[in-house]
Amino acid sequence: MSSAKPKSGTPGAGRRPARPGGVLLRFLVRRLAAALLLCVGITLVAFTLTQLVPGDPAAANLGQSAVDDPAAVAAFRAKYGLDQPVPVQYLTYIGNVFQGNLGVSQQSHRPVAEDLAEFVPATIELALFAIVLSLVVGVALGVVAAVNRDRWPDQVLRVVSLGGVSMPTFWVALVAFYLLSFKFDLLPGTGRLDPVLSPPPYTTGFYSVDAALAGQWDVMWSAIGHLVLPSLVLAVYTVGMLMRFSRASVLEILGNDYVRAARAKGLPERVVIVRHVLRPAMVAIITVAGVAFGSLLSGAVLVEKIFSWPGVGQYAYRSAVNLDLPGIMGVSIVVAAVYILINLLVDLLYGVIDPRIRLS
Amino acid sequence: MGTLLEVEDLTVWLATRNGPRKAVDGLSFRVDSGEVFGIAGESGSGKTMTAMALLGLLPHAARTGGRAVFEGRDLLAMKPRELRDVRGRSIAMVSQDPSTSLHPMLSIETQVTEHMRHHLGIGRSEARGRAVELLSTVRIPDPERALGAHPAQFSGGMRQRIAIAVALACEPRLLLADEPTTALDVTVQAGILRLLDRLRRERDLAVVVITHDLGVMSAVADRICVMYGGRTAEVGPRETVLTHPRHPYTRGLLDALPHPEGGAAALRPIPGSPPSLGAVPDGCPFHPRCAFAVDSCRVDRPEPVLIGSDHRLACPPDPLGESA
Repeated sequence: MSSAKPKSGTPGAGRRPARPGGVLLRFLVRRLAAALLLCVGITLVAFTLTQLVPGDPAAANLGQSAVDDPAAVAAFRAKYGLDQPVPVQYLTYIGNVFQGNLGVSQQSHRPVAEDLAEFVPATIELALFAIVLSLVVGVALGVVAAVNRDRWPDQVLRVVSLGGVSMPTFWVALVAFYLLSFKFDLLPGTGRLDPVLSPPPYTTGFYSVDAALAGQWDVMWSAIGHLVLPSLVLAVYTVGMLMRFSRASVLEILGNDYVRAARAKGLPERVVIVRHVLRPAMVAIITVAGVAFGSLLSGAVLVEKIFSWPGVGQYAYRSAVNLDLPGIMGVSIVVAAVYILINLLVDLLYGVIDPRIRLS
Repeated sequence: MGTLLEVEDLTVWLATRNGPRKAVDGLSFRVDSGEVFGIAGESGSGKTMTAMALLGLLPHAARTGGRAVFEGRDLLAMKPRELRDVRGRSIAMVSQDPSTSLHPMLSIETQVTEHMRHHLGIGRSEARGRAVELLSTVRIPDPERALGAHPAQFSGGMRQRIAIAVALACEPRLLLADEPTTALDVTVQAGILRLLDRLRRERDLAVVVITHDLGVMSAVADRICVMYGGRTAEVGPRETVLTHPRHPYTRGLLDALPHPEGGAAALRPIPGSPPSLGAVPDGCPFHPRCAFAVDSCRVDRPEPVLIGSDHRLACPPDPLGESA
């Protein structure tokens, strides 16, 4: 008789279920507070990094001849506050950031916030398209592989996913571009829209959404058409990765007692898989999907370059090579904020999927 | 009382690295409607595989032989689809540990009603009403509220009551309870056993209780089958088997139980350990550990033979019989 097994709660008496609404709200507030703190930390890191970068912004921006002119250098430093002590520079900076002022790009001579409002949505739109595509295809194939474990569909899909994660993105991009766009002309290859169309009025920065909001259907379809090829290329890797994780996660869940119990209830296998297996498996899958989304954001540079996609990757590259400090810091902060937002979303999804998380 | 389930010569082969091995070897028993039938044995004796074979839930590469006739139909010969209509509806299962057999992420309502709605084709509100009744039948306080809760919000004993409610949802004729009290505190065990006993009286429900715990057996079972090495050692009415055991293994199990007045000194363990899958000895599987073994035990496979009123014994030398 094994009565020594640890158990939660007092035997014989059910604990009272807590009010789900209040608990969920507290969970949300806790997560938001943590996210905000993290954002402040990121401004500090971004700021410190720019302080550590060798190279003088004055020299980089004014040119070698002007550096010899102390008056010009002093004027430049005074204009951008570079003559102040470092902590003051940081406080000024963070104050500005919280007012939505990310400084003026020393390269485009426009406010960084304006630049980013244009470039960031382009990348997010692309990454979102790619991650949704990857989730749908990757999870579906992962489930198929898991329920057919070690039979031919599993073997075939193993090769497919290995191929997906092994092929370098730049190579996939070039081949896809050459075949699907240039050779057979199935999909538009470059840019966000047909050159004859003008962008829809700015609301979200996502052309597909903005066009739909404005009722410009031709613009919307063109925007979606232009998203397909680059997001397919981006999705090749993430589909392979999500397929492997989904397969592993589903296999792990399949071994649980509650799956056997679900089968013992005589439920159709489809219901067992979707309701009893996929739901707990999604906890691990969305964790990976969140990380994958982050890598899509930062990994899009190559794809953006090849498909002439005016995204934040290209902007970051230009800022970095020109030592455009406000640009670099702006990109860092916004990309980090998006990353944090995604993680917050993943955390919230945990709470939606697994009631034990919102109840603890 | 009519016969509800008649198992004849049930054999289960499990796939192992060294090829198929018998986990259950020619088991025969019958379960009458409304009775509690106990299957007792150590771990590895094939108890759980017997239950899984009846439900068609054996691991993929397993094969079965023999017959298991339930309400006139052979469960082992059914197509997967037909068997799925029997599972959860006519034969339900309660497993050992309710903290792993209830789904941690689904509400109690979903878990109590989903198969009801599937098998009986009833709507959400009707299923909900039935679920409330069921939960009060198994004595869950505030059943309305419990429906919206999740398993983590209940104690072990409460969870097992919920698992029993889940099993009863479609009013099955037969309940397979695999170690239903093993994972619970001793104080909670008695409550669960009383509940099972009450349910079978009120609902004309037959219960197969699978356990290694003879104490549980003596509390609920009408008839008992003692298994060893995938085979029947002894089967008969509870009183007969527990007070006048004829098989040396049954005797050994009873001697290994603590007696209220005996203290710790009275415990007598059975020497050796049960055979593992694929290493069951020839002849009587128990002979290497048996104090009464004779030469024929090493060679002849003992079959259960009738030795008294509904009492069968698979031990030809019968060293514990009256004549010996």
